[in-house]
Amino acid sequence: MNVNVNQSGSLAVRVEQDVVLARQQARKIASEQGMRLVDLTKLVTAVSELARNTVVYGGGGDMDWQVIEQSGRIGLRMLFRDEGPGIADTRLALTDGWTSGSGLGLGLTGARRLVDEFDLDTAPGQGTRITITRWI
Amino acid sequence: MATLQGSTLEAIKNNQDQLLDQWINSLESNGATRNLKEHELRQQTSGFLQLLANGLQQADDATGNAEEVRRFLEKLSASRAQLGHDSHQTAYFIFALKGPLFSLLQRVYADQPALLAEQLLVVSELLDSLGMHTVRAYQITREAVIRRQQEELLELSTPVVKLWDGVLALPLIGTLDSQRSQTVMESLLQRIVDTGAEIAIIDITGVPTVDTLVAQHLLKTVTAIRLMGADCIISGVRPQIAQTIVHLGLDLSSITTKANLADALKLAIKRLDVGDSARG
Ligand SMILES: Nc1ncnc2c1ncn2[C@@H]1O[C@H](COP(=O)(O)OP(=O)(O)OP(=O)(O)O)[C@@H](O)[C@H]1O
Ligand SMILES: [Mg+2]
Repeated sequence: MNVNVNQSGSLAVRVEQDVVLARQQARKIASEQGMRLVDLTKLVTAVSELARNTVVYGGGGDMDWQVIEQSGRIGLRMLFRDEGPGIADTRLALTDGWTSGSGLGLGLTGARRLVDEFDLDTAPGQGTRITITRWI
Repeated sequence: MATLQGSTLEAIKNNQDQLLDQWINSLESNGATRNLKEHELRQQTSGFLQLLANGLQQADDATGNAEEVRRFLEKLSASRAQLGHDSHQTAYFIFALKGPLFSLLQRVYADQPALLAEQLLVVSELLDSLGMHTVRAYQITREAVIRRQQEELLELSTPVVKLWDGVLALPLIGTLDSQRSQTVMESLLQRIVDTGAEIAIIDITGVPTVDTLVAQHLLKTVTAIRLMGADCIISGVRPQIAQTIVHLGLDLSSITTKANLADALKLAIKRLDVGDSARG
């Protein structure tokens, strides 16, 4: 299936403040594309979770964003990538309430429920790449 | 290393008035005197020239009296920063002295080209390093101003208001980063102690994103409020936030929430009434 990229960009996600910028960027693109408030809020919240994980666990990374088009549908796609320690047990990390730090352990699973597509690509020592897509 | 000749210092002393006039002219024509009062400028320029001549004379080299000169420049930078001058305008105070000083040296050493070159270099290096010092001092002051403003903003952004007898409200606006959450929580708890309030309403209408971190801060705050024997209501949970919270998997069922502040206040008053009649 052909996917057209209509717009794209990238944003450094290194420090706590960058999480705010990532949210603002997501909010801006989503509202430009006319996303409904509920969907927009869900997407921005997912971005907030993944960006914070990138800072806290991944040691900082980047967020690549795209406005994509597939069979007439418009969507927003975000890739969070870091060169951090990676996730050893992804099943565990994707369990509600599990945290290796002091969080609620709901960020990853919550983000997955808040978007239409969620792809986790990680391995110990290989960093982490998470791609999310929300269709409009 | 070459030093300033006694004859150079002598020339500075003997030509102070002329140097001052040229220096001030140069400052004025470059906009480096904005918002400055005439007498202030006179005081600062002549004060600096005096220091330069005296200090250098005593110490006999370019760094010996540095301490006093530096302190003078630090004070100057701070006052410039407060006046809203930028770093260029502030540093120009020093650099504008170069022209007048150079032409003075040219006259003094008209028939000693080697000495002229040496003294020009010494004066130039000295003024450059003092100029740089001024810029650094300026930056330090600016940073202090910014830090203070940030702290003030932090305080400003956590206004705890009394809504009713026994009811406090905290309208949250903006991003709840970790430091702000801490400040918010502390000031609310303190106000509960100070006022003996029984119910606190935290209004999150102005918080655009409620993610797991914000939720965690809210849960902690509610727990702390309860430990103090008071009650807490969270208001301003808009439909889109409610739906997002459900998908995130957050369990806020232990917290009383309301869609808006008015509903929360109504509930608070009802609870207070019930409490009163129960106590008789
Ligand atoms: N980018 C990453 N690199 C390495 N480990 C990660 C990364 N993202 C998540 N993890 C691991 O997955 C766990 C679960 O993440 P999740 O976001 O669900 O919970 P959390 O961040 O611990 O708490 P919170 O509910 O506040 O988000 C983390 O505790 C961490 O061990
Ligand atoms: Mg997380």
